Amino acid sequence: MAERFPSIAAVREGLAGADYLADEAISSVVYLADRLEKPVLVEGPAGTGKTELAKAVARWAGSRLIRLQCYEGLDESKALYEWNYRKQLLRIQAGEASATSWSDLEDDIFTEEFLLSRPLLEAIRAEEPVVLLIDEVDRVEVETEALLLEVLSDWQISVPEMGTVAARRIPLVFLTSNATRDLSEALKRRCLYLHLDYPSVEREREIVLARVPELPAHLAAEVARIVRSLRMLDLRKPPSVSETLDWARTLVVLGVSDIDAAVTESTLHVLLKHRADIAAAARELRPAG
Amino acid sequence: MLDLLAGFVGELRAAGLPVSLTENVDAMEAVRHVPLDDRAALRAAMAATMVKRPEHRPAFDAVFDSYFALVAASVDDHGEDVSSLLEEALRSGDPETVRRLARLAVARLAGMEEGRGVRGSAYAFKTMRMLDVDGALARLLAGADGWLERDDIAAAGQRLREEVEAEVRRRLVVERGPEAVARSVRRPLPEDVDFLHASGADLAALHRALRPLARRMASRLARRRRQGRHGRLDFRRTLRRSLSTGGVPADPRFRRPHPHKPEIVVLADVSGSVATFARFTLQLVHALAGEFSAVRTFVFIDGIDEVTHLLAGTDDLASVLARVHEEADVVAADGHSDYGRALSAFWARWGREVTPRTSVVILGDARNNYHAASAEVLAELRLRGRRVWWLNPEPRSYWDTGDSIVSAYAPHCHGVFECRNLRQLEAFVSQIG
Repeated sequence: MAERFPSIAAVREGLAGADYLADEAISSVVYLADRLEKPVLVEGPAGTGKTELAKAVARWAGSRLIRLQCYEGLDESKALYEWNYRKQLLRIQAGEASATSWSDLEDDIFTEEFLLSRPLLEAIRAEEPVVLLIDEVDRVEVETEALLLEVLSDWQISVPEMGTVAARRIPLVFLTSNATRDLSEALKRRCLYLHLDYPSVEREREIVLARVPELPAHLAAEVARIVRSLRMLDLRKPPSVSETLDWARTLVVLGVSDIDAAVTESTLHVLLKHRADIAAAARELRPAG
Repeated sequence: MLDLLAGFVGELRAAGLPVSLTENVDAMEAVRHVPLDDRAALRAAMAATMVKRPEHRPAFDAVFDSYFALVAASVDDHGEDVSSLLEEALRSGDPETVRRLARLAVARLAGMEEGRGVRGSAYAFKTMRMLDVDGALARLLAGADGWLERDDIAAAGQRLREEVEAEVRRRLVVERGPEAVARSVRRPLPEDVDFLHASGADLAALHRALRPLARRMASRLARRRRQGRHGRLDFRRTLRRSLSTGGVPADPRFRRPHPHKPEIVVLADVSGSVATFARFTLQLVHALAGEFSAVRTFVFIDGIDEVTHLLAGTDDLASVLARVHEEADVVAADGHSDYGRALSAFWARWGREVTPRTSVVILGDARNNYHAASAEVLAELRLRGRRVWWLNPEPRSYWDTGDSIVSAYAPHCHGVFECRNLRQLEAFVSQIG
């Protein structure tokens, strides 16, 4: 396969062009994923840009993004492929009228025409380069994870009635996980691992500036500092990067020119979504309290 | 390079990281694709292929910094005053200033000489103390204006600590070689830290590891309860689905099962010897409260009292435990653990509230100070309740030595578990859910 990305620096610049600020670790892993033809498992707290990374890569590379949203109870008929029963039934009934022999009919109803492709099969069969996003993979059961293994290591899918469908081009695969459970060793072994944590103050400021350009630079720095300090409190749900951005947008809409305790306190609900958390943060905010 | 990599992987394994053969091969392959003069990319490539858990990352970084150390740059010492530099560094938090300070301080104050032992952490500790970083931090924090500034200063202090450790490591590597240095900075992984012998830094790491662990376990317990087994066939929904396949019931539907959630009663020994263990276990059980239909918590030393109301609606367990010692009636006689007395008191006052749906979990080392065991209470509890479990934070080999009377209680429990670290605690809780 032709390499898509010439160098690590090119990955970083490309992603920045797609409005995603990648640090050294992120750009290295994306670059390696392409070179080693391995899927990337992105793990980390909610709202740190895991899904956004896959979208940004697709945007930048100009590839189609195929998304498989995982949920409990996801099975192969939703992830891999499904036979189109209704169409097959119609075909059988039509066959009865024209008296086709059973063996011809059997050959006929188990062909690609009657196959409904689901995201994984679609990514494997794609002619053009695609980015496959398997979102929130920690939500499926351990047994269902096994479905992914064949696809992710051998880039093929076995359909018992038809044979094996091998990938025409190896897609770039991102799996995301909120780490609500440990993924199986087998899956982790096949993937490059990328842990996305909350960004440092400096990086968060850059992100805010890039995504909310209307916000003045000194306010962006202040926003990043306040969010950093909130995360250091013992909260149930620390504010995520997406919530930081929401807050920055709120400040823009309100036309705030200086962030003081009163402004922060009245807009805390944008950052924190638990009552106990808001109370704890408000306690900290009160000066000399 | 291959030799270096092999040594590196060996050291990672020795530090407790599970690096499999395929991951090792992947790492070799990955290293070929990154420019070798790009240290950050090299680190990212190795971490992506060999470290698959965020908790293992600090251990990986320590080994990486020993094996792929930057050449220690000699500092040009202009004889500046380090204490004013310290103040400036902590105030501004500027990375360059902090790094320069760390280099100067280690060169002047660490007292590293050839032939002395390789104790990386000791040199770092000595440097920090000679600089009086804690004193300067306290001074600055007291004069700080508002919490944002306080956090800035604290972050700068943390950065300085890391820089000093890195600088010590760099200098040691030049002298002693990477293997020795990596070995000297090796620390147990958070999930393997022994509750009873944890240092302050280890406790902080444990504390951080606990919340994601609780979240992971809660979703695992909930999921298992929902799936469990299929319920009975849902005839109506199956029939309706079959209409789309011409009346053939190709897609049977099942009713959802409604299994009950267990009720948990925790009896925790909070005497000094096992308090840390009790704290972590209580914290985990309470973080999981949503997965049980009820959690009631009792604490005892030689008297016993219920503290469920104190623990309700707060996440700050440390302050609650301080209150427990003041308000709860845990000391009845002399303030030394007396399991027999505490169990009898529990049975007399709350025994009737234990029902066949209640599981009882007892946390303690069963060191009874040679008092009467009153094991018959446990036998009664076992008859009345659903399950009785005992978690012991001591290593199995210490059981029944001295005043430990595990074997007096064990026959009346459904299980007695050694529970010395987070790994064992996790294994236990996932079993009871």
